[in-house]
Amino acid sequence: MSLALVQAAAEAVDYGAFAAIGAGLAAIGGGIGVGKIGGAAMEAMARQPEMQGKLQGSAIVLIAFIEAVALFGVVVSFLAT
Amino acid sequence: MDLVTPEWGLIIWTSLAFLILLFVLGKFAWKPILKAVNDREDSIKNALSEAENARKEMQDLQADNERILKEARAERESMLKEARELKDKIVSDAKEQAGLEADKMIKQAQATIESEKKAAVADIKSQVADLSVDIAEKVIKEQLANKDKQLKLVKDMLGDIKLN
Amino acid sequence: MQNNRFKAFITAVFLTVFTFGFAASDKEASSEDKPFDTKELIFHHIKDSHGFHVAGDVSVPLPVILWTDNGLVTFMSSAFHHDIEGEVIVERKGLKFVNVHEKIYQLDSGASTVSFDAESHPTNASRPLDLSITKNVFSMLLSMVVIFLIFLTAARSYRKSTDNVPTGIGKFLEPIIVFIRDEVAIPNIGEHKYHKYMPFLLTLFFFIWINNIFGLIPFFPFSSNLSGNIAFTATLAVFTFIITLFSSKKYYWKHMLWMPGLPIPMKLFLAPIEIIGMFVKPIALLIRLFANITAGHVIVLSLISLIFILNTEWAALVSVPFTVFISVIEVLVVAIQAYIFTMLSALYFGQALEAEHDH
Repeated sequence: MSLALVQAAAEAVDYGAFAAIGAGLAAIGGGIGVGKIGGAAMEAMARQPEMQGKLQGSAIVLIAFIEAVALFGVVVSFLAT
Repeated sequence: MDLVTPEWGLIIWTSLAFLILLFVLGKFAWKPILKAVNDREDSIKNALSEAENARKEMQDLQADNERILKEARAERESMLKEARELKDKIVSDAKEQAGLEADKMIKQAQATIESEKKAAVADIKSQVADLSVDIAEKVIKEQLANKDKQLKLVKDMLGDIKLN
Repeated sequence: MQNNRFKAFITAVFLTVFTFGFAASDKEASSEDKPFDTKELIFHHIKDSHGFHVAGDVSVPLPVILWTDNGLVTFMSSAFHHDIEGEVIVERKGLKFVNVHEKIYQLDSGASTVSFDAESHPTNASRPLDLSITKNVFSMLLSMVVIFLIFLTAARSYRKSTDNVPTGIGKFLEPIIVFIRDEVAIPNIGEHKYHKYMPFLLTLFFFIWINNIFGLIPFFPFSSNLSGNIAFTATLAVFTFIITLFSSKKYYWKHMLWMPGLPIPMKLFLAPIEIIGMFVKPIALLIRLFANITAGHVIVLSLISLIFILNTEWAALVSVPFTVFISVIEVLVVAIQAYIFTMLSALYFGQALEAEHDH
């Protein structure tokens, strides 16, 4: 009987909603990562303003890497819908 | 799911477009542009190094000038000094020479004066002697004009001798 | 010059807002009775389509080119009369074609109508090789024309000048080209080998960038979501991957398959990870661009849709400034994404080219 219930539940489940939650979680992770990079980059720039150009460039590249992780989440949610 | 399934049509078109772009731009845009940029950068680099060289040369030249100026100044200084020394020497030489000459002239003058004096004295002496002889002659002539007087004289003289 | 560009940019941003609102309002008018379907609107926009919707009922038909068993079949997309439910059947060369959600299906012989399964996939039809000039392909061809115009003009201005100083557009492009060379190619690939990769990197950068910008401009000949289409990004990533493989040296493979200086079990453990990594790199590359650009389009459309979801024009007070804000950010993002794609491509080439003496 429990099996039937699980099956019924599975049929009733809207995968889109789960996908949205997944994308949101991925966004949280990405947000934390980007925030840390941004904070560290700002601190480094404040300490060494003459290195600003280099720091900005590498910060953007690193953010792109982190962002990709969050975007994987988005893509997976696209896959689920 | 649809969204993440690539379509063959678009893949083919994209490949085609990208390859055409790569080929055409590579040949007609990137090559000339990059070449021009590189050439310009090279020429700028060359110009900069040339300017640097020129600056160095200028500096060398300036140093040279300075050196030459210094040398010239030193030379002038030494020439002046030499000239001054020469002048002093000439002056002193002249002085010396003049002194010697003067001495010589004075001596000569003195000698002349002396000889003149001697001559004069001798002349005077002879004249005096002549005169005295003349006078004496005249006197004697006068005194011995008559016999009495001659006798008197002889007597006087004899008297004098007697006294001696 | 600077000021004019700024003005043009501001105009573009306002037009974005205005025309998105316009398109959305059309949508509402045509479906008065149905509740407003944001998802359908957005997906309709970010997916490819046969035929280019301009505004209202005006749409530009585009040629459909199919490679079938009976050879090449071509007709204009207007033959479907805007049907995307597979109801209008077009017959060419004895074959029947239908358009099901912007995908052309060829009916199996004998079938006269399309039947769908539970997930609304056609059961009695198959897809021929679709080489149609779709909205995205049209946009790409347009971008090619624009790129040719821009860069051949720039190259000519270099050739014309006596002292290699460009005029006009060349003056604007040169700092970008020099940036790609000095900040992307030389640090990642190396002083001596970067020459060979410059045409690829420059073409890649400008192709992505200009198509990204076209995606941001919201009216007719532009506005397609080409660089947010996975086929486009995948193709470019595959080019990068192929070039990486062709330029790889022994050192690269040695470090991937048999990392020196590690104990044997560790080597056995690392090799598969490194091999997976080799494939993950271009996949990450393609997904990054695809998702970024698609997300940008989705956000702008969602914000505009807010007006119709809440069904009050007062929502525009919030959604329009937000759309402007996002559009401005998107202008930055599209440039950064083109830069990142180029940058990472250069990085992968540099890794592949690494030789023993570099350490």
